[in-house]
Amino acid sequence: MKLLISTEIQPKCYHCGESCEQEVIICDDRNFCCQGCKLVYEVLSQNDLCEYYQLESNPGKSQRGSSDLANRFDYLDDAEITQKLLDFRNEQESHITFYIPLIHCASCIWLLENLFQINKSIFSSRVDFIKKKVQVKFLHDKISLKEVVNLLSTLGYEPKINLSDLDHKSKNSIDRKTLTKFGVAGFCFGNMMLFSMPEYFSEAKLLGDGFKQVFDYLNVVLSLPIVFYSASDYYVSAWNAVRQRKINMDVPIVIGIIAFFLYSLWEIFAQGNAGYMDSLGGLLFFLLLGKIYQQKTFATLEFDRDYKSYFPIAVTRMIQDQEEVIPLFKLQVGDVVVVRDEELIPADSLLLSDQANIDYSFVTGEEVPIPKRKGELIYAGGRQKGDSVLLAIQKSPSQSYLTDLWNNDSFEKSKKRLLEPLANRISGVFTWTVLIIAVASFVFWIRKDLSLAVKAFTTVLIVACPCALSMSTPFTLGNTLRIFGKGKFYLKNAAVVERLALIDTVVFDKTGTLTDPANATITYFGESLSSETNSIIKAMVARSTHPLSNRINLFLGKIEQVNLESVQEIKGAGVSAIFKKQEFRLGSRIFVSASAIQCASEGGNHVFLSAEGVVLGYFHIQSGLRKGAAKVVNELSANFDLHVLSGDHAHERESLTKNLSSSLQFNFEQSPTDKLNYLKALNGREKNTLMVGDGLNDAGALQESQVGIAITDRVSHFSPASDAILDAESFDKIPSFLSFARQSRLIIMASFGLSFLYNIVGISLAVQGLLSPVLCAILMPLSSISVVIFTTLATNFMGIRKGLIHQNKP
Amino acid sequence: MEVIFILIAVSLILAVTFLFLFFRAMKDGQFDDSYTPSVRILFENQPKKSKKDQPKKTKSYE
Repeated sequence: MKLLISTEIQPKCYHCGESCEQEVIICDDRNFCCQGCKLVYEVLSQNDLCEYYQLESNPGKSQRGSSDLANRFDYLDDAEITQKLLDFRNEQESHITFYIPLIHCASCIWLLENLFQINKSIFSSRVDFIKKKVQVKFLHDKISLKEVVNLLSTLGYEPKINLSDLDHKSKNSIDRKTLTKFGVAGFCFGNMMLFSMPEYFSEAKLLGDGFKQVFDYLNVVLSLPIVFYSASDYYVSAWNAVRQRKINMDVPIVIGIIAFFLYSLWEIFAQGNAGYMDSLGGLLFFLLLGKIYQQKTFATLEFDRDYKSYFPIAVTRMIQDQEEVIPLFKLQVGDVVVVRDEELIPADSLLLSDQANIDYSFVTGEEVPIPKRKGELIYAGGRQKGDSVLLAIQKSPSQSYLTDLWNNDSFEKSKKRLLEPLANRISGVFTWTVLIIAVASFVFWIRKDLSLAVKAFTTVLIVACPCALSMSTPFTLGNTLRIFGKGKFYLKNAAVVERLALIDTVVFDKTGTLTDPANATITYFGESLSSETNSIIKAMVARSTHPLSNRINLFLGKIEQVNLESVQEIKGAGVSAIFKKQEFRLGSRIFVSASAIQCASEGGNHVFLSAEGVVLGYFHIQSGLRKGAAKVVNELSANFDLHVLSGDHAHERESLTKNLSSSLQFNFEQSPTDKLNYLKALNGREKNTLMVGDGLNDAGALQESQVGIAITDRVSHFSPASDAILDAESFDKIPSFLSFARQSRLIIMASFGLSFLYNIVGISLAVQGLLSPVLCAILMPLSSISVVIFTTLATNFMGIRKGLIHQNKP
Repeated sequence: MEVIFILIAVSLILAVTFLFLFFRAMKDGQFDDSYTPSVRILFENQPKKSKKDQPKKTKSYE
């Protein structure tokens, strides 16, 4: 009940549902928390689009703090940029796909698909909810791309347009192809089964001989699309492997397909028998099914982001006191650019303004902004907080301190010393064994009967075709992937599971990975604070969005706030407030003019407090260990080599070694390139490395490691390129994930054993020349399905035992 | 028994029709997004609501 009362005191915004803390704007008898929210409501009500508010209650997003610079989309007037962004363009219409991270409910879909009611020139818009994308088609004579984007941001749905949007386009066509192949295989297989029915019941003599022939010929016709279309990927893959003098899983499959097809043709046309076409169809149907199952990963998450998906498309350049918006790739060394509040530093540059306040949280994981003074070098990738600043560009965007990382070789090679998948290593031995058995049985029979010898030879190849064998891997890994997903651990693809199983060395980034900014330890030094002063501080920090304010807010806990007479936040400095005619200041040393104060502790951040110019004391804030970090490190230290890389100075070494296991190897003052080289050195010593990191500065190390895991608080937000994304919530489950990966490798081995068993039974029948089409038609799907059931049950069982399933129930 | 030939032809034509429909659906992108349509189908179609009764309706939701 208490909760209910407290919400009733402050009215909720009709648009975004947040409580109206600072002001309440009333319009049409409804409360709004800010002008932005009201504006969106007005636009919608003018256009009869109020159904938006009925599909879901308070569907909007607070418009407070959203950028209102009119010219921030000016770069969309540039024909060159527009050309690259558009999907399609003809004389009248243009099509474009926007990524809008805000899409989150049914109302969003409804509104975005009803854009045409606001502007008739937008004639179609389609939302893809999972990918959070909307495709907009508009008449470019009547409305420009810039106006479309402006309209969307007026409604609160500002599209995210990044540098990477200029590079690559359409990548989901591959999946469509596999699905089509699967559809064709399913169609042919189903019909072949029907036409083969009389053959299965051949003893019953349902039909005359004439029909049997017709059915067999129809089967041949139906097998053609399977052999020549659906199976085409396997030929390519097998051929590539053979050309590199390797044998992968697809080689025995292709041998099997060819043997199946040719032998069946010979049976049908020369012998007048039924052949094995239906089994061939079934084989490919199941194989493609496994492939699709394995491919279906987390389409919403992006694993291949580099700095380009993070950098803006355009910057504001100053030319003779005139602002001009230019595309980033036209930016040159020596240019002077303006970077406003919340904008990104596009390239390494010198600060021309007096001071700046740079937030490097995406780069290092440390979310407290760093103050910079005139003449200092500012690295690209930081975000300015506070007033706009002037910068002189020193290096081109792609050559900067951070972005230079992507020019390293590691990003060229797809994935360095790749571990051979288990299945591929087995398939070499497997293929040769099968070939030897086939030849041996051919030689054995040839003395007695040539046709029986041919039959024995080909049926060995057919029955040994590793259908079950090759299905055990995709289904085990695919299911493991899904179980990981339930534990909020998202892998890029199934192959990562196998690599994860072989890890012996774990490398952690410190800031933001082992430590958690939200889990800070705060100590107050100075004159003791009265409960009234505490309430004043509480009220001050509640008005500020600065990360340190949030931490002090949490530190103070749930206490009453006083009603301040006025509050002002100066970004990058602090908060000042008037209470009972007294001025209180909370913020940096300079802001509070506390230069005389000596701080007892080194490292961490200090926030000073003064009343009427008299310094009362300061808060010392040190980021603490992430919840569960000590447990994770202790559990891992038994089985793994552990390393820690940190960009910070070594002063935290003592407190870290005290709290974590002493078996950790610490490395401080590591630049992004140092981190990459550290991983390279470990790999050089034949270690199988796992890198756990969070910021862009770990990107090189994540790339170089065998498995790179990016930790993030919000999964759909930015994270550097990696093999896996881990929700920070599940950090403490890392040991379970690793041991589960090992167990799924064991499951694959066990299912290999199972399918070998089938093969031995099948081959022993085949060498005796006993295999009939009916037997083949039964044995083939039976072995595949039983392997699939075994792997699925086994992985689920292990998942439950590890506590990874049934985890995210509310 | 010759009627079976006709039946085979009919069944094949039916099957090929479905295969063709599958191709067309694939090309239209029906399989690209399997979630959004499930939400979209629940939206009511309200073509050209007259401006007068719209505000009235929203009032009643208060």
